[in-house]
Amino acid sequence: MTETKTITQREQQLVEVKKDFPILKREVNGHPLIYLDNAATTQKPQGVINALTEYYSSYNSNIHRGVHTLANEATEAFEKTRNTAAGFINSKVDELVLTKGTTESINLVARTWGEKSISKDDVILVGGAEHHSNIVPWQLLSDRVGCKVRPVKIKEEGVLDLEDLRFQLSENVKLVAVNLISNSLGTINPVKEVGRLAKEFGAKVLIDGAQAAPHMKIDVQDLDCHFLAFSGHKMYGPTGVGFLFGKSEILNSIPPFQGGGEMIKEVSFEGTSYLDPPLKFEAGTPNIADVIAMQPAFELIQKVGFEKISEMEKELIRYSRERMASIPGLKEFGTSQSKTALFSFIVDGVHSFDLGQLLDAKGIAVRTGHHCTMPLMDSLGIEGTVRASFGIYNTVKDAEYLWDQVERIQSKYGSA
Amino acid sequence: MEVLDQIESIQKEIVEDFSLFEGNKEQSIEYIMDLGMELDTLPEEFHRDEFLIKGCQSKVWLVASLDENGAVVFQSDSNTALTKGLISLLMRVYSGQQPQAILRSEPWFLKEIGMDQLVGTQRSNGLTAMIKRISDYAGSFDKENG
Repeated sequence: MTETKTITQREQQLVEVKKDFPILKREVNGHPLIYLDNAATTQKPQGVINALTEYYSSYNSNIHRGVHTLANEATEAFEKTRNTAAGFINSKVDELVLTKGTTESINLVARTWGEKSISKDDVILVGGAEHHSNIVPWQLLSDRVGCKVRPVKIKEEGVLDLEDLRFQLSENVKLVAVNLISNSLGTINPVKEVGRLAKEFGAKVLIDGAQAAPHMKIDVQDLDCHFLAFSGHKMYGPTGVGFLFGKSEILNSIPPFQGGGEMIKEVSFEGTSYLDPPLKFEAGTPNIADVIAMQPAFELIQKVGFEKISEMEKELIRYSRERMASIPGLKEFGTSQSKTALFSFIVDGVHSFDLGQLLDAKGIAVRTGHHCTMPLMDSLGIEGTVRASFGIYNTVKDAEYLWDQVERIQSKYGSA
Repeated sequence: MEVLDQIESIQKEIVEDFSLFEGNKEQSIEYIMDLGMELDTLPEEFHRDEFLIKGCQSKVWLVASLDENGAVVFQSDSNTALTKGLISLLMRVYSGQQPQAILRSEPWFLKEIGMDQLVGTQRSNGLTAMIKRISDYAGSFDKENG
């Protein structure tokens, strides 16, 4: 009884959170929208939408150099987000570079640190379940400097195989680039252990935290990683805002990413000097409005708290796994116990595209296909999956509706 | 002109069939899925890259031949049921028609049904690629017919 009561209370809290998101009140194809594509992007709360409007209607201005009031207000709000983001991952403020997303953050590292530190005989190890954005920048770097990019195996339950990592590590390995949570499987990787192993060989560690940031506490001091990249739009903030953490000593020693305004100390034709990090890496007018509107998104996550998020996700996982087990011909990928509320699955006889389309007709938004992880799909021997990824506003009721519909579609079209 | 009219009247029939669903997406999609499940499968030997249509999210194979009356007979298959349903609609319109009639026709029924909204942009682009291939086949057979 007590357990049921706690669950109901938690559900009630989530219903309150849900009220904050105007888009979740809409209908899709005659049904209330059940948005389960949060791993692709999350919806935005009213606070974020208001912050955008407020910025443009009352203090729009370019930042950092102006002396007038609007410039000061905009600069202050912009830097406030940087401060919050740094606090969010427990980094120093000047270790936090603002980018337009995880992809740009990783490309920045490949272009700057990569080109300076990696050469022909070096090896970069990437996880076997990485998003293309944590594979292709390294391949492009390899085209430029001639290094090797090698995948680290993924265990059957969908987490990084530490044995294989240990086997592949050598003095030539200069970087290990892995995600904290897989975008395709929702599984949580043992990145702390990855860091410990990499350290033995002097390799740096880059963590793709895009999926993890909205689901679990990230502490860069605890993880002891060299780089961490994550995106605002996957954590209820606007698109076009990303973050890159880099250890001070590294950011201080690597060349700038792009050249232009905002990042210089002095420019002359005899020679140009740059500002200190993080501004050294932020050439040009940044995405001021969206960065400012990230602040209420961070505040929302902090208000709900990771403890509550994690409790709710555990409940969603327990419930969903029970339902999945009873649907004939349904196969889940990423079966690890250590995971977030993201379910990647296929159903015998129903192609994932068709399943996605049939769910859409019932108002459920899920993703279908390879989820930008083609090498992982190849290694699993499948073309793609249906991926239902839950966010801060999704309740067990949403999960119930999803699995009811999957069950109905399976019984009508499935071959099992 | 008579043959062109046949393509026109089949398109009209299809539009009428869909009008029964009054724009209900779920019913329309399930109807297309059902058509797909009824479609004859293409023998495995034709599941080859040369018959594969580029631009489709799903795999679609399309094979064409001329019958004794100079009409184009299409056979097609896909790895997804919904796409098979879409193929089934295209087969109904184009298979058994004269190359000239195919070349002169416009697939207006898709717009009329609102196929874009029903199956989404990606699948709609796939449909366009399929129709392009149908038209290319008709063009080359038309030349053969002289």
